[in-house]
Amino acid sequence: MDSTTVIAVASIATAGMTIGIGSIGPALAEGKAVATALTSLAQQPDASSTITRTLFVGLAMIESLAIYCFVVSMILIFANPFWKEVIAHAGGK
Amino acid sequence: MNLTSDQMIFWRHGFVVLNETIVTTWVMMFVMTLGAMLITRKLVTEGRISRWQSGLEIIVTTLEQQIKDVGLDQPAIYLSFLGTLFLFVALCSLCIVLPGYRPPTGSLSTTAALALCVFLAVPIFGVRKQGLWGYLKTYTQPTWIMLPFNIIGELSRTLALAVRLFGNMMSGVMIVAILLTITPFIFPIFMTALGLLTGMVQAYIFTILAGVYIAAATLTPKPNPKSAPEPVPAKA
Repeated sequence: MDSTTVIAVASIATAGMTIGIGSIGPALAEGKAVATALTSLAQQPDASSTITRTLFVGLAMIESLAIYCFVVSMILIFANPFWKEVIAHAGGK
Repeated sequence: MNLTSDQMIFWRHGFVVLNETIVTTWVMMFVMTLGAMLITRKLVTEGRISRWQSGLEIIVTTLEQQIKDVGLDQPAIYLSFLGTLFLFVALCSLCIVLPGYRPPTGSLSTTAALALCVFLAVPIFGVRKQGLWGYLKTYTQPTWIMLPFNIIGELSRTLALAVRLFGNMMSGVMIVAILLTITPFIFPIFMTALGLLTGMVQAYIFTILAGVYIAAATLTPKPNPKSAPEPVPAKA
């Protein structure tokens, strides 16, 4: 395999693994957060506005971890700096 | 496939580049400024209040209440900054219902600029409220051992603000684009509706986080921490 193939394979495989492994933690965390919020909503329906607001803020916080992984995988696929280097070298020859 | 709207270039002269992000941002700013000017031209305090005026009043009072909930006692000082952030991000994500529109917040340069504004606003508000020495002392807040961690946290939360907004907006556009190639019939509409929801939540989060950071910098440490108003605990 020449270096172009290695870079392409590594980028694509890593992009998939990044989003795949990286969404495990946020998925568990969001499930736990929603479950806890539902429990507290059932116990205290009066505090629903506060609970919902805090839940949404917390969910977005947790989700941003998955979003970071998504951004990294998108960069690996669409805006890969190493790949651009290879293209520039190939164009220069 | 274009990752962001930065890559769509309309006009270029030397190092001056006019891309889609800049054009959309300026159109947004123009629409918001013109709309606000038109609505606030004839405000009335009694009699029949026009629909637009009550709409703006609802927005302003809600923002004030939310800022107060974060722990900032005088929301009028911070309303202009935080409210502008919220309205800009919210309008940018609301306009995704327009065909052919790509939100300028889906480009890392816009969100980095917004996050830099927050990064600069925190020390400005902090120094204004507590003085230079009082603000600098907040970096050594629990103990002086936390000084490097506080500085790192200041930088990393700015990065997190920028990347969070960028990632959410960009992923919404990207998912709709991918769905258009797979199932172009109904599903993109649902994803756009979901994008509207996430856009509003992200605008809210961005504002609340900026407010929390400012509150953390401006709240003077009380001798009895139990009586101090507790801001929403947030660390990204």
